[in-house]
Amino acid sequence: MTIADWYLPVIWAVIIGVAVAMYVILDGFDLGLGILFPLAQEEHFRDDMMSSVAPFWDGNETWLVLGGGGMLAAFPLAYSILFSALYIPIILMLLALILRGVAFEFRWAAKPNQKYWDLAFSGGSIVAVFAQGLVLGGMLQGVTVVDGRFAGGPFDWLSLFSLMCGFGLIAGYGLLATCWLMMKTHGDVAAYARKLAPRFLIAVALFAALVSLWTPLRYQHIAERWFSTPNIFYLWPLPLATAGLGYLVWRWIEKGAEVKPFFGVIGIFLLCFLGLAISSYPYLVPPSVDVWQAAAAPASQKFMLAGVVVLLPLILLYTGFVYWTFRGKLGPGESYH
Amino acid sequence: MQLDPTVLSRWQFAFTVTYHIIFPAFTIGLSAFIATLTGCWLFTRDERYHDLARFWTKIFAISFAMGVVSGLVLSYEFGTNWAHFSVVAGNVIGPLLAYEVLTAFFLEATFLGIMLFGHNRVPVWLHFVASIMVALGTATSAFWILSANSWMQVPAGYVIKDGIAYPDDWLKLIFNPTFPYRFAHMVIAAYLTTAVVVMAVGARLILAGRYPAHAGLMLKMGLGLALFLAPVQIWAGDEHGLATAKYQPAKLAAIEAHWDTAEVPGLVLFAWPNEKAELNDFALSIPHGASLIVTHEWDGHFEGLKQFPPEDRPPVVPVFFAFRIMVAIGFALLGLVLWGAYLWYRRKLSTDRLFLNVAALCWPLGFVAIISGWMVTEIGRQPWVATGILRTAEAASPVTGGEVAISLALFVLVYGIVFSTGIYYTNRLINAGPSPAIVHGDEALPSRPLSGATHAAQQAAQGGTLPTG
Repeated sequence: MTIADWYLPVIWAVIIGVAVAMYVILDGFDLGLGILFPLAQEEHFRDDMMSSVAPFWDGNETWLVLGGGGMLAAFPLAYSILFSALYIPIILMLLALILRGVAFEFRWAAKPNQKYWDLAFSGGSIVAVFAQGLVLGGMLQGVTVVDGRFAGGPFDWLSLFSLMCGFGLIAGYGLLATCWLMMKTHGDVAAYARKLAPRFLIAVALFAALVSLWTPLRYQHIAERWFSTPNIFYLWPLPLATAGLGYLVWRWIEKGAEVKPFFGVIGIFLLCFLGLAISSYPYLVPPSVDVWQAAAAPASQKFMLAGVVVLLPLILLYTGFVYWTFRGKLGPGESYH
Repeated sequence: MQLDPTVLSRWQFAFTVTYHIIFPAFTIGLSAFIATLTGCWLFTRDERYHDLARFWTKIFAISFAMGVVSGLVLSYEFGTNWAHFSVVAGNVIGPLLAYEVLTAFFLEATFLGIMLFGHNRVPVWLHFVASIMVALGTATSAFWILSANSWMQVPAGYVIKDGIAYPDDWLKLIFNPTFPYRFAHMVIAAYLTTAVVVMAVGARLILAGRYPAHAGLMLKMGLGLALFLAPVQIWAGDEHGLATAKYQPAKLAAIEAHWDTAEVPGLVLFAWPNEKAELNDFALSIPHGASLIVTHEWDGHFEGLKQFPPEDRPPVVPVFFAFRIMVAIGFALLGLVLWGAYLWYRRKLSTDRLFLNVAALCWPLGFVAIISGWMVTEIGRQPWVATGILRTAEAASPVTGGEVAISLALFVLVYGIVFSTGIYYTNRLINAGPSPAIVHGDEALPSRPLSGATHAAQQAAQGGTLPTG
């Protein structure tokens, strides 16, 4: 193996990781709004929630296309195995994303009879998030592979662990959404979000702790990764930092901070994501297919890398520009529609 | 009963991709139209252009949303349903799709936010730039996806090692032999389809006696563009057909229902191709017709279906009929726009009720032609998923037939709901026309306190009742 052959797949794993992290953070808060929808007491809460993300949701969801498309391009073997193994939760996620995605437009068009599209948005968001948790859990717990093909059954992904990941992700996206609303809305909507936020934060803390205990207890290689020497000397700050940040976010919410909680929660997400990556490395399809086995031809990875180096900064730039254009809080009764 | 995952996956992919193509086809054209309207407004300051830009942007938003969510499905189905194809062709197809995401999807999805909601937040010129970016994004997306599709049809620039395709020459791979024809044919189809829709909406509003100044402008803009594009598209289609004759002779033979290489092929106007007996039942054909069209010679020959072993032939019946539907619509549209041009010349365009009625009914024709054309090209590629590299029968994922059967049923259900609702709301928006409520947006939402007043003003302005969609 040449040096390039070793590095290219690792670089691509990082790129896909960045795409997935961007997706989780960006679509996380707009999916999370669907989780908060049923809890909203007043109609205008829901209007404001929708308006607060209307200009962004399309771009947010594009990171999921990059995650899926990038996976096909950079790791076709992992893409083919994982997506076959996780057929049911992936299809469930796609169907749910369709219903909640069109609700952004249909809800306004249907006014004042938007009840069913409220249901589609909320139900679709919740199911999509839960399915993403099932995908995550199904991936982490491992997939049966024989001769480079998925060789398990249609319900292999279903386990107590994957269900827990589903609920964990609902808590996480819900938290992100409450913090988004504190930052982007005024008055009673923001106050309502602030009231809900601590409950979601507690739930997130519980799920994070559960995963951190469960995975090393159940999987020998994850226990070794974290608790063997010298790894433990490098890795102990990670859980500590996560817990510390969780505490800070709690205080910020209590003190009425508007922007800090959102970025604090993003930090928590990134730390958790890093933790999962450390647990899984170097496997894309645990426990058998690693990043080098799954990698596309070096020529393909190089060709795309050239594009990513030029285009990704550009994408981040104009994504940033759009968020800046719609910066600040939503005015009272303001709607972009 | 044993459910075959390959057969069901084909149905599912066919269903989801057919549904999907409707929206990109429309949004490629519509985004360019909206950018044009915005540009015209900036230059002429004629408020009608501005009103129309706002009006069509509302319709665009609905179509775009349906395109995004139905497109997402496709980028995952390669893995969920066509895992082996992904392994075999991933090195080649994957990067093309990745470039589509990087160059097109982010561009259109991000600037869409500004285009839809940025009126009060950005200067007018920047709003214009955003609409151009969206139009550019949609066309760029067509570039990459057609490159990938054309590669599957006629692969080039690759080598096979251990049954897996590896890139060899990226330029040859991206600009594979049939790509320029497909790209041109599809992009023109998208613009033509949209032009026909715009023309039909103009005609509908004129007939209803609503916003006549706006409607007349739409009618002329749509007709003007279609007048140029309809003949160009027929020419592009002919060129595409010649390329098919050269690179995909079995598909061409199926299109023409031509069995015997030894016979001078006639142009089969109607027939029921009988694949078992290898001949056409009930055939009605023009002698020497296909020979003239395909070889441009009186006594020209091209390969008939019998030349190919049965297992290498595409299904003849659907390819044959889909092609005829597409061509018939192409010529029908040409006839329509020539008729319109004649009336325009005689200054009767906005008053000839027969023409307006026909034009108003023609809005779906472009979409039907696009779907038929894709059926020709995709079913005509069979039995291969990537010609000469991988057969469709070997490309599917190791999933069960039951899983695919259920997912297919759910897709039909969800798409049915979403599609019918989308059409319903789009239709309601069209009937409302470029009304002040739509053009000036925000304050006129029915949930807002102002809406009652706006309603009344609207009704007064129109001198009629509001459609109750």
